[in-house]
Amino acid sequence: MIDKRVASLREAIAGIKSGAAVMIGGFGSSGIPFELIEALRLHGADDLTVISNNAGSHEIGIATLLRDRLVRKVVCTYPRSQGSVWFEKLYEEGAIELELMPQGTFAERMRAAGAGLGGFFTPTGYGTKLAEGKETREIDGVGYVLEPPLKADVALIKAHKGDKWGNLAYNTAGRNFNPVMAMAADMTIAEVEHIVELGELDPESVATPGIFVDRVVAQEGIV
Amino acid sequence: MTRLEPPQMAERLAQDIPDGSYVNLGIGMPVMVANYVPEGREVIYHSENGILGVGPTPEPGTEDPDLINAAKQYVTLIKGGCYFDTADSFAMMRGGHLDIAVLGGFQVSADGNLANWATDNEKYPPAVGGAMDLSVGAKTVYVLMRHTTKAGEPKILDACTYPLTGTGVVSRIYTDLAVLEITDEGPRVVELFGDNSFEDVQAVTGTRLLPPA
Repeated sequence: MIDKRVASLREAIAGIKSGAAVMIGGFGSSGIPFELIEALRLHGADDLTVISNNAGSHEIGIATLLRDRLVRKVVCTYPRSQGSVWFEKLYEEGAIELELMPQGTFAERMRAAGAGLGGFFTPTGYGTKLAEGKETREIDGVGYVLEPPLKADVALIKAHKGDKWGNLAYNTAGRNFNPVMAMAADMTIAEVEHIVELGELDPESVATPGIFVDRVVAQEGIV
Repeated sequence: MTRLEPPQMAERLAQDIPDGSYVNLGIGMPVMVANYVPEGREVIYHSENGILGVGPTPEPGTEDPDLINAAKQYVTLIKGGCYFDTADSFAMMRGGHLDIAVLGGFQVSADGNLANWATDNEKYPPAVGGAMDLSVGAKTVYVLMRHTTKAGEPKILDACTYPLTGTGVVSRIYTDLAVLEITDEGPRVVELFGDNSFEDVQAVTGTRLLPPA
C-alpha cells in the first residue's frame, strides 16, 4: 500500500543531514513551505546549501535559517529583496557563499535534473559575466551557454492539496518552482494545506504527479 | 529642456503596445505602462512567477497571498488568465513567445547591449532574476529609463561599463527626453519631447546619435 503521508512536520524532515543540499520552493512569499522550513530550523542540521529563488526576508522562512547560521551556501537568482537583511548581513561578513544564475536557467537546470538530462544550451547569459568560464556554442547563428543539471538531496515544497499518493495541486501562482524542485531532489517533502482522499483531486488539476513526491505532511499552524 | 516624469514616460511607451500583444513589464517604472495602454486594446500581461493575464491590484481584504507579481506585489487574475510553473514561464520568455518586454536599464550601448542587473559595487550582492531570460527571449525589448543618471552622466553609451544583461537585444529606448531606435548604424532619435532639440539630446548622450529620418 502506498501512503506517503507522515504524521508530523518533525517526521517529515527526519533524516536531513548536515551538509545537505536543500531545494526550497516558492517565489517571494508565494508558495513557500514555511512550516517545513521552521521544522528544518528546529531539526538542527547545519552547513546546508539552500537552493531557492530568493534568499529570505524579514524574520521568517529562509531568513531564519540564515540568522541561525545553518546555511553555508545559497544558490539563487535574486537574493536581494525588501527586508533581506540576514542575507545582506552574512554576505557583507563573508559568512555565506552565493551562486547566482538567471531565473530561467535556475528552473531549467532543475527540470533537466528531474528529466534525466545532462544539461542544455541556453541563449540566456551568453556574452555576460554569468557565462564566464562556461562552454559555449553557436547554433544556427545564435550563441548558447551550456548549463548542467541542478540536483539536491532534499526538496521542501508547498502545495494547496495533496493525497496519500503524493499527487499535488496548487493555489494560484503558488505553483512557481515547486513542481520542478519536486522532480530534481532525491527526496521530496510536500507541505500541504489540506490532505484529501485519493480520487478527490481532479486528475487535470494535479500539477505534480505523486511519483515525484516522497512525503506529504499537513500544516500544523506553527508559523 | 522638456523632461517627462515617469508616469508620462510610461504613457508614451504604452502608445506603442499593439492590440493583442503578450507583454512582460519589468520591476519599477515599466509596470506603470499597464496603466496607460489605450482603451480598446486587449493586452495580456505575463509575470515570470507563472501568470498570464495579470490583472490590477486587488481590493483591500481580497488579497490572495500566493497571487503576486515579479515585484512581489499582490495582483489579480483577469478572466481568461491562467497559471503555470516557472519552467513553463521561462519557456515562454526564452522561447520567443512574448511579443514585448519592457525593461528598466542602467545603461544601453549604441549596438543595443543592455546593462540592468549589476553595477560595479562588489560589496552589494548581485541579483539577476528574470532579466537575462527576458532580454534574450522576448521578440521586442523596449527599455524605459531616464536619459542620464541622477548625477547627469549619460546612460546611452558607445559601450556599457556595467555588467551586461544581454547583447544586441534592445530595439527602442524611451527616455524622459526622447524616443530612440537602435538601428544597424547606431541609435536614431525618432521623437523629441516638447521643445527638446536633437543637439540638446546629443549633448547628454555618450554616443553619436542619428537625427530623425
